[in-house]
Amino acid sequence: MTLTHSTLDNGLQILVQAAHTAPVVSSWVWYRVGVRNEHPGITGISHWVEHMLFKGTERWPAGSADRAIARDGGVYSGMTGLDFTTFYETLPADKLALALDIESDRMQHTRISEEDVASERSIIISERQGCEDSPFFRLSEELTSAAYRVHPYGHETIGYRCDLDAITRDDLEDHFRRYYSPNNALVTIAGDVGDDEALEAAQSAFGDIARGPETPQVRAIEPRQRGERRVVGEGVGETDYVEIAYHVPEARDRDVHALTVLNAILSGGSGFLGGGGHITNHTSRLYRALVDNEVAVDIGGSLTPTVDPGLYRISATVWPSSDAETVSARIEDELARLRETPVAESELAKAQRQARALFAYSSESISNQAFWLGFTRIFADGAWLAGYLDDLAAVTVEDVQGVAQTYLVPANRTTGWYLSRGRNG
Amino acid sequence: MSVPNQPRTPGHKQALPGPDDTLRTVLANGITVLVRENFASPAVVVQGYVEAGAQDEPTGMHGLAGFTADVMQRGTAGRSFGDLYEEVESIGAGFGLGTGTHIASFGAKGLAEDLANSASSPALLDILSDVLRHPGFVDRQIEKARTEILTDLQEREQETRRIAQMKFYELAYPEAHPYHWSQLGYPETIEPITREDLVAFHETYFAPQGMVLVVVGGIKADDAAKAVAETFGDWDKRRPERASLIEVPRLDRRLEQRVNLEDKSQTSVVLGWPGPARSHPDFVPCLVGNNILGLFGMYGRLGLSIREQNGLAYYVYSRLSGGSGPGPWRVLGGFDPTHVDRGIQLIMDELRRFIETPVTEEELADTRSYLAGSLPLYLETNEGVARSLLNIERNKLGLDYLQRYATIIRSVSAEQIQSASQRWIDLDHYALAIAEPLIETEAG
Repeated sequence: MTLTHSTLDNGLQILVQAAHTAPVVSSWVWYRVGVRNEHPGITGISHWVEHMLFKGTERWPAGSADRAIARDGGVYSGMTGLDFTTFYETLPADKLALALDIESDRMQHTRISEEDVASERSIIISERQGCEDSPFFRLSEELTSAAYRVHPYGHETIGYRCDLDAITRDDLEDHFRRYYSPNNALVTIAGDVGDDEALEAAQSAFGDIARGPETPQVRAIEPRQRGERRVVGEGVGETDYVEIAYHVPEARDRDVHALTVLNAILSGGSGFLGGGGHITNHTSRLYRALVDNEVAVDIGGSLTPTVDPGLYRISATVWPSSDAETVSARIEDELARLRETPVAESELAKAQRQARALFAYSSESISNQAFWLGFTRIFADGAWLAGYLDDLAAVTVEDVQGVAQTYLVPANRTTGWYLSRGRNG
Repeated sequence: MSVPNQPRTPGHKQALPGPDDTLRTVLANGITVLVRENFASPAVVVQGYVEAGAQDEPTGMHGLAGFTADVMQRGTAGRSFGDLYEEVESIGAGFGLGTGTHIASFGAKGLAEDLANSASSPALLDILSDVLRHPGFVDRQIEKARTEILTDLQEREQETRRIAQMKFYELAYPEAHPYHWSQLGYPETIEPITREDLVAFHETYFAPQGMVLVVVGGIKADDAAKAVAETFGDWDKRRPERASLIEVPRLDRRLEQRVNLEDKSQTSVVLGWPGPARSHPDFVPCLVGNNILGLFGMYGRLGLSIREQNGLAYYVYSRLSGGSGPGPWRVLGGFDPTHVDRGIQLIMDELRRFIETPVTEEELADTRSYLAGSLPLYLETNEGVARSLLNIERNKLGLDYLQRYATIIRSVSAEQIQSASQRWIDLDHYALAIAEPLIETEAG
């Protein structure tokens, strides 16, 4: 596989990776805007603008792009995260020009009307209501907001209900004009295309778009946490949940590779960049300590790479005859063991083997290849992805112990409990 | 597009799977083996099924099949729970087993070198065979599985989507049909299940006859088929013949059930009918029609009306299940509680338009093009190819089915869609399940 790269005069970066395993092409446009660029009053606005970019333009009126993509058997969607908003199309390989045309058009000509804002407001509120019905979401929202005092990562992508009620058309328009420009974007293309031709097609589609304003710097720096924080939520049901979060560095920091290996040892190998594979976690330390011993029904860990320092999260469903306090204490016992005693070389080797297998699985689909290419460029340069497996292989038992001692300590911890009324009265 | 500086690797890009590049063989014990090579991938996928499912459960023992499959994954006669997962996870592989109404599906994924026995590593096929044939049913693992299932059932009680779905099946199917009942079971049916029940279910129903096993990935087809034969060829057992399912009667009235859940924000709605079986001549016209009704683009006509034009729901779509049941044809939506009545009215309006007026030629052309054009995307991964081959084998569609698929879809006319849909969508007689927030009123 080859990787071709270009930056246009208007600042748009283009990356093309030719891959001829299926007659398919996947094209993604990434904007460097998400939760990170929001603040109280406009939480959820990036996700809302993402919705508005599906409302059509003069050339591609509402619904026409969906139909054009579907007519060619393609898929078409978008998503918003902490640091990015992305739109993608996966299509038969000879239809790349259609995807690029739709994306270039909406980058320039998206219309945000009062009528569409009103209709989308109720859809997004309905989406938030669906989230609120989940104890996991409620716990996660409480935990995240407690973990951050200053940085915008402290709210969920969907935003707070009060902001969803209050955000105006002008707010959305301003946000769109400020962030959705070529100099704040990246195009990634993977699939059964010639790299030069794909690059030329992207240059032709996006080359004439004028630069937008320079985007505001995100100046917020989360202060060091100096003591445990706890949140307790209550709700209906018969099941209790625990989620624990530790502040960890941004993805570019080399400690993130050691934390990735640590997470695999603690809670099992999972494809943290999404897609392509799943490995059970039944031999991981937390599973053995908590699920085998009937303290938790299930347990998992997650580490999301981010531009600014993020969170490492551990979440568990409490065993019916156990309780949230016991679950939290057992998790801390396992973290203390990691801090105090180096992991065995064999555990390290297993985690690294799992990472290699998961990387192979997630590289199988063309869509995933284009996703990886763009997602990793949001928080790092090309060397991060190119060196990913080597960097994981270079992690030592001392590195794992070192990051446990640095980050997974009680003073850096936020503990969240969801206590059900059915069980707790 | 030509590729001047990147020569394509011959044989890497694959055409639609067909009889020329899919190996199919049937072992003497009744196992059908299908293999397709894909050397573009270093991985290999195994998927398959055994004819054992909820329809085999004794009366009142809902959830027994799923409980059995859960415990089967927790250790075998020769491998403890810990040993089993140490073998699998140490090579970065995964496996799983689960039951539906008609079949127990299994699957595994790993690097191609780990498919069959080698001196250096355990083999995925050997592990799958051990799990399917020699499960341990250790008491402690049975109780752990029971607790996990009961926890999931408690969680289900708090989810409007799952409750609405469950209530829809209870309304649309009679008690004598397995679709009336939740495959997961209910607390009162899971709690009394004994080890003997689990052992008996496995002993009676897990057998090679009717089993299908598909391998797709970076391995030679002959080598894979030989490995499957060596691993599973000596499984010599027969399960009892299955009684036929009762014929599902048409709904003869409007059935509605509302369930109120405390402390919820969203209302989930499921509206529909028992639909045509996969083998019914109406299935393909209804499949094409359903795509227009509730899938094409952003949820088809339903999405356009209810989501895009009226902003009433975050999701609303329609689904035709087919299968052998026969599965239902239903519309599913998630609404703000204040929009439910209007949303249901719009769903009914769209259904009326759908059966009273033929779909337009433009809609039909778009949908044909989508259904045929999306195949390469669906078949992009080893899992996608394996799923397709399993579907082909299960429904006896023929190995050339994917190659004939575009022609089959193109042959469907607007009139066929309308007349087939009219036979299944009855606007006076339908099942409607609604799970909604409990609106608290002041006591007094």
